[in-house]
Amino acid sequence: MKVEQISIFIENKSGRLAEITRILGEGGINIRALSLADTSDFGILRLIVNDVDTANKVLKEKGFTVNKTEVVAVEVPDRPGGLGAILKALDAEQINVEYMYAFVERCGGNAVIIFRFDDADKAINALKANNFSVLAGERLYSM
Amino acid sequence: MYFNEEFETLPRPALEALQLKRLQAVVEKVCADVPFYTESFLQAGLKPGDVRSLDDLQRLPFTTKQDMRDSYPYGLFAAPLEEIVRIHASSGTTGKPTVVGYTRKDIDTWSDLMARSFVAAGAHRGDIIHNAYGYGLFTGGLGAHYGAELLGASVIPISGGNTKRQIMIMQDFGSTVLTCTPSYSLFMAEEARAEGVDFKKLKLRVGIFGAEPWSEAMRGEIEEKLNLAAIDIYGLSEIMGPGVAIECIEAKKGLHIWEDHFIPEIIDPETGRRLPQGERGELVITTITKQGIPLIRYRTRDITSITYEPCACGRTHARISRMSGRCDDMLIIRGVNVFPSQIESILVGIEGVEPHYLLIVDRRDNLDTLEVQVEVDEQLFSDEIKILQLLSKRIEKEIKDVLGVTCTAKLVEPRTIQRSEGKAKRVIDNRKL
Repeated sequence: MKVEQISIFIENKSGRLAEITRILGEGGINIRALSLADTSDFGILRLIVNDVDTANKVLKEKGFTVNKTEVVAVEVPDRPGGLGAILKALDAEQINVEYMYAFVERCGGNAVIIFRFDDADKAINALKANNFSVLAGERLYSM
Repeated sequence: MYFNEEFETLPRPALEALQLKRLQAVVEKVCADVPFYTESFLQAGLKPGDVRSLDDLQRLPFTTKQDMRDSYPYGLFAAPLEEIVRIHASSGTTGKPTVVGYTRKDIDTWSDLMARSFVAAGAHRGDIIHNAYGYGLFTGGLGAHYGAELLGASVIPISGGNTKRQIMIMQDFGSTVLTCTPSYSLFMAEEARAEGVDFKKLKLRVGIFGAEPWSEAMRGEIEEKLNLAAIDIYGLSEIMGPGVAIECIEAKKGLHIWEDHFIPEIIDPETGRRLPQGERGELVITTITKQGIPLIRYRTRDITSITYEPCACGRTHARISRMSGRCDDMLIIRGVNVFPSQIESILVGIEGVEPHYLLIVDRRDNLDTLEVQVEVDEQLFSDEIKILQLLSKRIEKEIKDVLGVTCTAKLVEPRTIQRSEGKAKRVIDNRKL
């Protein structure tokens, strides 16, 4: 039930982000969701793409440092308190959220949030036990 | 004004006669008591008796920093440890420092030369000497201290750091002479301004600055900002420490090297041949009175030139020009010797770090800064910011722990650090010296 995400190390220099998107575009890769974490010296670009392996390959060929990480995509009811209910369930199990960001597309009227947990398996079990919908990678990549 | 008028103004024929006598004695001594020299003279096909004139010095083999490392820690000592009363050390490429030992007489000589240096710089009995050189294994603090006491000045052994307190003490104690690295003096000036302290209202009259390269332009800046006469001092622990050579305040044109204790030569660092007066080359020094660790033709790797022209101050000792650089890769950062290879070995010791790095040295707010750029490859990379930040913190801490130098570690993209064939370019020094 986990989703593959690619992370790219970016130095804080102008044009790096443009370069990455250009490489992905030329590789026929469609970006489904993204998040950019930054410090004063460097940033980490995290992407959900339609083709993880090709994206990984074309970026590495251009000399970027790329990692594949497993994240969890969760459907969040689009109403006040929707996200709060999910976080409450995770907190009850003492599961930490390392970071999270929102998916662009909706899934049948619900929002989709990408989570990176300290313990993904435990998180998935907790979410399922509380009747939250965890999305499979295949479904997400093709949304 | 002189501290030791007889020796400082000794006519050159008498000075040279004294040098020859002392040179012959030290050669005799090291050949007998230091196996390294017994061997190197043997290999050069020389006997101690072959030194019949000062010109014969050119025939003797060199001693290098590497020889000192190979003899770590006490291999080059010519006196038994029972006679050694002080040990100092400076950093070396392998993480092992270069060790020097002083007999009681060596300490007396050093104090005398440092006292001479203070007087040449315009200091005298009654001065309050604010000694902000570091005290410890580094020779700066204690070297200046003993000279100041011998001179009869009042010495404040404040050592480096805690700039606010330094400024308070200068103000309250009425310091008249400042000794520290030139970059630290400018940092003090900045701090003083921030604290609302006007250097022009302080009693400082003379600053004696050394332990790192600096320029005439920087002298102008220091003299203007600190309102004192800035004097260049030269020394290195292998030879003695601070006080090997100093500018006189009368001329401020070249540093008098105390020739009754050291014989300077300028050589071409490539061929090893002696260069004529006025030409730039590597400074080579033979110590002719040292007992603890006398060195024959020690290659300082400092680039300078020498003149024997008479000086306005009346001292007869030759003058070397301001150091214009070093002929190897050693960096001096805030007075601390740093070799790129030391940083390399620290980086390599950190799991996952590749030895592709670049050191960027700069001077900001008048203090030397060191940035260590490290490439982030897949082994190191984490998609969590905090893990990468921990990595840079760890690099900074290890470098600080081992070398005593504060740096900032900067993570950069792989293959962005320029590779070169042969000797890698590890250092970009942006300091305008």
